Amino acid sequence: MHLEGIRRSYNIGLPSEIEILHGIDLDLHRGEFLALMGASGSGKSTLLNIIGLLDRPTAGHVFINGIDTASLDDSAITRLRGHAIGFVFQEHHLISAFTALENVMMPMIVDRNGGSDAIRARALGLLAKMGLAHVGDNMSSNMSGGEQQRVAIARALAMQASLILADEPTGNLDSQSADNVFDFMRQLNRDEGTCFLIVTHNLELAQKCDRIITMADGAITPA
Amino acid sequence: MNNAVPFEWIAAVRFLREGRLQTAFIILGITIGVAVIVFMSALLSGLQVNFLDRVLTSSAQIQLLPLDQVARPLFASDDVIEDATVQRPTQRIVSINQWQKVRDRVAQMPGVLNAAPTMLGSALVTRGDASRAVRVSGVEPESYFPIIRIPDFLTEGKATLANDEIILGTDLATNLGASLGDTVNVRAASGNSVILRITGLFDLGNKAANESVSYVALRTAQSLLGQAGAVTTIEVKIADVYAAERLAQQIAAANPVKAESWIATNAQFFTAIRAQQSSNTLIRAFVGLSVAFGIAAVLVVSVIQRSKDIGILRAMGTTRGQILRIFLIQGGLLGLAGAIIGCLVGAGGLIWYHSLIRQADGSELFPLLLERQMFIVTLGLATITGLLSATAPALRAAKLDPVDAIRG
Repeated sequence: MHLEGIRRSYNIGLPSEIEILHGIDLDLHRGEFLALMGASGSGKSTLLNIIGLLDRPTAGHVFINGIDTASLDDSAITRLRGHAIGFVFQEHHLISAFTALENVMMPMIVDRNGGSDAIRARALGLLAKMGLAHVGDNMSSNMSGGEQQRVAIARALAMQASLILADEPTGNLDSQSADNVFDFMRQLNRDEGTCFLIVTHNLELAQKCDRIITMADGAITPA
Repeated sequence: MNNAVPFEWIAAVRFLREGRLQTAFIILGITIGVAVIVFMSALLSGLQVNFLDRVLTSSAQIQLLPLDQVARPLFASDDVIEDATVQRPTQRIVSINQWQKVRDRVAQMPGVLNAAPTMLGSALVTRGDASRAVRVSGVEPESYFPIIRIPDFLTEGKATLANDEIILGTDLATNLGASLGDTVNVRAASGNSVILRITGLFDLGNKAANESVSYVALRTAQSLLGQAGAVTTIEVKIADVYAAERLAQQIAAANPVKAESWIATNAQFFTAIRAQQSSNTLIRAFVGLSVAFGIAAVLVVSVIQRSKDIGILRAMGTTRGQILRIFLIQGGLLGLAGAIIGCLVGAGGLIWYHSLIRQADGSELFPLLLERQMFIVTLGLATITGLLSATAPALRAAKLDPVDAIRG
């Protein structure tokens, strides 16, 4: 993924117009394990939303595998997002009406990606890989925070996305669970070659990453 | 979770199931609305059929009569009328001109089921010391009784009419102290009289009619009233009772007769039916509206409650169209589920009410009309109402910005 001159403003044309991102250039490569750090209000979440194709920049371009996403309409962006990018949020954001297994199956069901048996087998495999084979039939409310977050990671991996964006994935976990989740993502990165971009305030965790991107006042500060 | 079922359906059902209490309350609301509609519609249809039956029991849907006899002014010259006043002539009993031709022509008209000639007049029926003024209807049983269903209202005897036979109302027979098989003397104003044997007694459910109506053979009436070969009316039965006025006008335009439909002769009653239908339609519309707003309100709340879920679904590749369909399906399912239960409750309530409310004589107040078509239309309309009322919340959900939605 290549970001070129990304700017993002709000309240455009109004007296209260404000620019959050001031021309960001960034490259993300397959197999990287990156930490994104910065103070609150530095623009981390805005940048993450743009990288995740949840938001569009006011100016600049986001290229994925050489495709300029500015040229894509909403449904093409949605499709691309579903296939190429997985999300892990600070709060697990599992959908409470479904079991853990169904949450993991969901991206594949939405995409109608394969037969029911194959989808179920892959979801069970992912849960097993997370050490959660036993919670498949549980509703999210019956799982611990660490388990919920690992289910969310399994869901993010369901479509074999090449990029996982994790917005403070360990922010709500105790230190033991946080270490487990982080180590687990690191392991997946090594085993599957999936690129992880992790927003964190935890310097100790960030230092375990391949690269640390630091943001301040809407711009990336030099390493 | 089965991939054979579209994800929108799975999500819609799961969301409804998860919000059980909310879902139960809105289904209860729809159920009450639909039950009221079903109950009222079926009840009013039944009452209407009953009223129609009563009105059309003793009179035809269209009656053809001879044209009015009009006095012509006497002219002194081309432009000068000599008379000071033109007196309205008395309406003598006259025959419909060429009634056989008229009857045959009318019988062949589209929408006409049957046409029966009758000879109507007044007479005095006496038996011993008792006498009563009656209306004598001379009829051909084979063509007349399918129109005015006297055989259905016979309490005694049979509906045959030989030349020396008469069928009377039960109250008239009581007043005369006559029973089945007795003879009565029937005398017309012209002075003609005939002795007839009572072969049947009927009860039309109307005391006035039961006291004053009698049926004899057409030839007997013609002879009694001194109108050999004549008929004073042709009674017409048609397929659609509500088309009576239109058909009457067509018949009058094409034949030398005056045509009176039951709608014109029972104008007040017909207006009452129309008013009843209008009020029923209004009630249905308002109940439908309240159901629609109920569904919309619940789904709007649901969209707000589920905004994070919507955001996550959008993040994992769910399109705006799929989000839209999830909420539309919820609206449709709520409407359909409420309508199914509502139809059962409404029909059950009507069956119970039908068994509870009876006429003074113990007979039913109205026929139980639970037509399949009414249920199909109700189910269809409720589902469409559910879909339509879900449109605004569904559009709102589909337009949610995923970033804002996830942030909540």
